[in-house]
Amino acid sequence: MSAFAESEAKETFVLNLGPQHPATHGVLRVKLTMDGEYIAEAEPVLGYIHRMHEKMGENRTWAQFMPNTGRMDYLHALAYNHGYVSVVERAAGIEVPERAEYLRVITAELNRVSSHLLWFGAFILDLGGFSPLLYAFDDREHILDLLESVTGSRLTYCYFRFGGVYNDIDDNFVPGTRAFIKRLRERMPMYHNLVTKNIILMKRLQEVGPISAEMCRKYGATGPVCRGSGINFDVRKHEPYSIYPEFDFDVPVYEQCDSMARYMVRMDEIEQSLRIIEQALDKLPEGPVMAEKVPKILKPAKGDYYHAVETARGSFGVRVVSDGTNTPYRLKLRSPTFSNLSLFGEACQGMLLPDALALMGSLDLVIPEIDR
Amino acid sequence: MIDYLREIISGTWSLFVGLGITIRYFFQPVVTVQYPHQTLPMTPRFRGHIELVKDEETGETKCIVCGMCQKACPSNCITVNGEKREGVKGKVLTEYTLDFTKCSLCGLCVESCPTAAITFSKDYNLAGVRKEAYIFDLKKRLEAKN
Ligand code: SF4
Ligand code: SF4
Repeated sequence: MSAFAESEAKETFVLNLGPQHPATHGVLRVKLTMDGEYIAEAEPVLGYIHRMHEKMGENRTWAQFMPNTGRMDYLHALAYNHGYVSVVERAAGIEVPERAEYLRVITAELNRVSSHLLWFGAFILDLGGFSPLLYAFDDREHILDLLESVTGSRLTYCYFRFGGVYNDIDDNFVPGTRAFIKRLRERMPMYHNLVTKNIILMKRLQEVGPISAEMCRKYGATGPVCRGSGINFDVRKHEPYSIYPEFDFDVPVYEQCDSMARYMVRMDEIEQSLRIIEQALDKLPEGPVMAEKVPKILKPAKGDYYHAVETARGSFGVRVVSDGTNTPYRLKLRSPTFSNLSLFGEACQGMLLPDALALMGSLDLVIPEIDR
Repeated sequence: MIDYLREIISGTWSLFVGLGITIRYFFQPVVTVQYPHQTLPMTPRFRGHIELVKDEETGETKCIVCGMCQKACPSNCITVNGEKREGVKGKVLTEYTLDFTKCSLCGLCVESCPTAAITFSKDYNLAGVRKEAYIFDLKKRLEAKN
């Protein structure tokens, strides 16, 4: 049996994948038109977890939208926090103290590592390997503990505030984070021996699920998906925000365009994030973590503002339009996975169903973020 | 042909390497705890549902019924009511209800309180079968603690 359909689909049937299917991680539904084991057509059906975040934002004050930002991409909530506070700070002209920016970067990068670890576990689980998930969760638990001790919550963080962060780190945070970095660096070779070099994984990912650079551009894919297709684009490097330009880190790019390339991009990104955290801990300045004189009732000047950040899944952009009142006039959220999922229909045509699921896993979908 | 054989050998070897890791970890200490028989200590900053703080001097609540928390809450889960009483400066709290079914544990209420009258509790064992169990009367809870 070849990996791709060899002829035109003749006799087809419709297979419904999801909305409650373990491989669709949440409530994504994909309507598959199958020709035997081959996919003739795939149509993602969205909307099962649509909560109108944009409209919610337009109905409450600027600060009251903060908790919502942690509930879109719940795996990398702090990057969403970061995107939203940055755009509002830009609109209101608030200066953020340096220490607060460092804390933002450190916590957001820790969160990115935890997101990649969870993806790693869940992705291997999609492919049928159970135990790597448990190893990944063991490491992820350390990050959650660290972040819980600073932010107060374990998953849907609401830690950043306009003008800084909610509270300063405690005494254990810096040594704890350093110990974690050391630990994870020691564990990474184990992950590669256990999973990356495993022949079954290689056979299932290499040269499977090609996504060309052109397709990425067509659908606006960002993040590890486009970096696995040879496009060197990372918002942290190419439209730098916050204090990222101060750090020395690389953007892993792979040219192979297959599922393995996307897998490798994320695995390498873990190490790059650790490098950023390490440098930030070294340079962490003293000082306040909250800007003085942030007005209690925020009324940013009239105008149209946009800010993009790099989340674990790609570029997340927030556009706000302020009419000078205490609520946003318009709030537009550009989420990365929506674009990354859009290319699935074209990419999986003619593929075997299990290969398509491997491709879907390599896209790292977070459904609440697609639907918003 | 040689490549094919090499792949078979290296592929099989990769499986044994993975198995070796699994076996090594099998003999290492357990990292999970047997909840609920064992629990982990909570971090001091854990954000549970909110609770009224007792004023150490008077033994009463510190709340001055200004309504800031109610206004700050994005999900309208707080209801505060108070009344004027003779001989007492300011208002006296008569009702403080938290609708925990809607609370997102964001902490905006705690930050907005001018007298630090509310704080986060450390409750996390919150399971129930009725919605009413999550409409907390925080004033009663505070009095029950006294
Ligand atoms: S924590 Fe947030 S949602 Fe909950 S009562 Fe306070 S302000 Fe409302
Ligand atoms: S903000 Fe504080 S003082 Fe004001 S009503 Fe709420 S709890 Fe009471």
